[in-house]
Amino acid sequence: MKRLTLGLVATAALAAAMSALAAPDTVVVYSARNEQLIKPLFDAYTKETGVVVKFITDKEGPLMARLKAEGANTPADVFMTVDAGNLWQAAEEGLLRPVKSATLNANIPANLRDPDDQWFGLSVRARTIVYNKKTVKPSDLSTYEDLATSKWKGRLCLRTSKKVYNQSLVAMMIHEHGQPKAAEIVTGWVRNLATAPFADDNSAMEAVAAGQCDVTLVNTYYYGRLIEAKPTLPIAIFWPNQASGMKDAGVHVNVSGAGVAKHAKNPAGAIALIEWLSSEKAQNLYADVNLEYPVNAKVKVDPTVAAWGTFKQNLLNVREAGRLQTTAVKLMDRIGYK
Amino acid sequence: MPPSPPTSAASFKTPTLGVFAFSRLSGWQVVASVIALIVLIPVAVTFAAWLRPQGDIMGHLAEFVLPELLLNTLWLLLGVGVGVAVLGVSLAWLNAMCEFPGRAFFSWALLLPLAMPAYVLAFVLIGLLDFTGPVQTTLREIFGPLALPSIRSRGGVILVMSLALYPYVYLIARNAFQSQGRAAMEAAQSLGMNRWQGFFKVALPMARPWIAAGVALALMETLADFGTVSTFNYDTFTTGIYKAWFSLFSLPAASQLASILIVFVLVLALAEQRLRAPVKYNAVGRSGEHQRIRLSRGHAALAFAFSAAVFAAAFLVPMLQLLWWAKAAAVTDLDARYWSFFGHSLWLSGIGAITVALVALVLAYAARQRPSAFMQITQRIATVGYAIPGAVLAVGVFIPVAWIDEQLLTFFNASATQTAALTGLLKGTQFVVVLAYTIRFLAVGFAPLEAGLQRITKSTDDAARVLGCTSLALLWRVHLPILRPSLFAALALSFVDMMKEMPITLMTRPFGWDTLATRVFEMTSEGQWQQAALPSVAIVFAGLLPVIYLATRGEK
Repeated sequence: MKRLTLGLVATAALAAAMSALAAPDTVVVYSARNEQLIKPLFDAYTKETGVVVKFITDKEGPLMARLKAEGANTPADVFMTVDAGNLWQAAEEGLLRPVKSATLNANIPANLRDPDDQWFGLSVRARTIVYNKKTVKPSDLSTYEDLATSKWKGRLCLRTSKKVYNQSLVAMMIHEHGQPKAAEIVTGWVRNLATAPFADDNSAMEAVAAGQCDVTLVNTYYYGRLIEAKPTLPIAIFWPNQASGMKDAGVHVNVSGAGVAKHAKNPAGAIALIEWLSSEKAQNLYADVNLEYPVNAKVKVDPTVAAWGTFKQNLLNVREAGRLQTTAVKLMDRIGYK
Repeated sequence: MPPSPPTSAASFKTPTLGVFAFSRLSGWQVVASVIALIVLIPVAVTFAAWLRPQGDIMGHLAEFVLPELLLNTLWLLLGVGVGVAVLGVSLAWLNAMCEFPGRAFFSWALLLPLAMPAYVLAFVLIGLLDFTGPVQTTLREIFGPLALPSIRSRGGVILVMSLALYPYVYLIARNAFQSQGRAAMEAAQSLGMNRWQGFFKVALPMARPWIAAGVALALMETLADFGTVSTFNYDTFTTGIYKAWFSLFSLPAASQLASILIVFVLVLALAEQRLRAPVKYNAVGRSGEHQRIRLSRGHAALAFAFSAAVFAAAFLVPMLQLLWWAKAAAVTDLDARYWSFFGHSLWLSGIGAITVALVALVLAYAARQRPSAFMQITQRIATVGYAIPGAVLAVGVFIPVAWIDEQLLTFFNASATQTAALTGLLKGTQFVVVLAYTIRFLAVGFAPLEAGLQRITKSTDDAARVLGCTSLALLWRVHLPILRPSLFAALALSFVDMMKEMPITLMTRPFGWDTLATRVFEMTSEGQWQQAALPSVAIVFAGLLPVIYLATRGEK
């Protein structure tokens, strides 16, 4: 046993040492975005530039804990995750470093990147209303806030408040309306629930389709995937908060994004990779592979996604979602939104 | 439960609990202590979070979150405890002692749910039984609008977890009933008891440590579970831990909550052990040669129906659903990479299971050599990893490993500048994966071995010693042959658990060492459950072989 242990340690150390010495130009990525969403991009990048991208995936929480524990000895050059809340938290924990890049500033709208340049959005995820076409007319729908009124009593389905997408949405509402008003809206939602909150967006949409409730809030790519698998479901997308003249109007958006690790061993390589990911040729692949929206305005959206129509996004900086996330979670806990 | 009355099989002996008798530490005990100390490292990291008070977050959780979580968790423990005990013991008894059509098949088939990850079972059963599922949809089409109880409820979680976890009790209790032999039941009947009385007054009390060990494993897994309860959106103490970490961004608060969980588990485990300490459960007569009870036709039909229902709900139905999904996913996802996922899973779980079985054997054996309160506490500490939520334990292992790496790098950099590019010597190696697996799953190997050792009389040891056996020779030549079923149980249980393990594998695996379980993670993290069916099916199939092997071995 002891000999085996020693053997394992020695072999591993030797292997690590050899690979470090023999390494070509390599960028190491810690990613909370799935392997199947990032690997095609990294393969394309290697093909184009010859730079090898090594990556490891995990949930964002453990990845941040890992970066922190490794400190200056981390192999990570790039930290990649979904949701501005997580990106904000990584910056807050001092795991990222600011990056000055004209390319990134040109490719990515200001509301989708960190004002302190520590992280950059790479795809946009819109959280919107999905309704049952048989029981709801689009003219019945208007805003996120309206779903809290009594006309939706017993007709609303929601995903759990433990999912960061809903936390970000409520965080943005706190920013727009202040806590008391946001609490009123969330209380209204909870009062209107037809059934206990669901564990995922898909189940909520299935419930809408089956008539258990009439409306729900989901990220559009879940809708795209579900409709692709079951084209006959009687559900459709509605873009809320579009009326002109509304303060802070627009559909709630969030990002998946990346930042350069504070202790990156190859910071130049890290920046080059992120810049490439924001470029026109990479953006289509990055967003389309998950039916998301590109951040780069010069890039056309996927035809499937384009068919859902265009919408005005809420232009608040997504960093606010991160800054107010714990406030939002506490608010939902107090109200009893499970 | 009070100690059972003395029967022909269970005799009292005065407790000899030499508290903290350090002077009498044998080599075995030193080794056991070292094992416990290694487990204590991640536990200590978890407790160290108290050095960073999180008053704001803890205050919020205590006021708005914890009261309900605690209630939910206690209900879940109670429900799953009763559920797995009833399912596990009744099925074990039917299989060990009775004869009915299909028994030979069910004897191993009822173990198969072990290979099915509980969160998969949860997802499939919710999909089938919820409002939108085929069952309720069909009922609505026939009878019109219906108000049926929701599967996404406390009862639903308890049902699913009981179905997923009963095999621990079934496996260990079946071993117990088989090794009790028929003699005890015959003695009971000669004293005028009928079968029911014999079962409740003799067989059940004699099997108590085994049943308790199985239930304890199921409850520890219930406490540590995150995947299943979050599929139900049922909030437990563990979801509270993850809420503090992932939603409120406080790993220290999460660790503080986890440390409370650890204390709770240790206290429970020690209390249980104290209750049964004074009773001995040696086997009487020769085991394995008993005649099974022939059930009447009606009873045999009931036994068959019960076994079949449990098998269908816990394994067959979810497996068919998984296969259906996997067929669709295979078209796009199945390629040569799956060989490496498969290989990595088998290799890491195989090495892990062997390590766990060896370490657990040493630990159980050490306690047998010199039973003492010190050894009891050592054992409980060494096996507490099973109750700690996986991701928290993963961090607890990773932090000290990263620290050691830092010290090593500082040391090496002084002499060799070319290693500057190195970022670690230990982390990202298989050694760390196996270490973390061992800490996490030691309880799974320990429970069957400890229970098995209790069956061997002290007089066997004495006889061997009189013949000049050393303690190692005693273990190798006398105990191991008797312990074979227990050892197989330890290997198979921990192997299957490691195949399914996700958070530790994700955090500690070497670069490029993706496994079947990490593949499941890739799919489920964006809600692509149907796609996840493919690696899930592969996990189940890889787990089936050891389970079947184990079951057929257990028969002998």
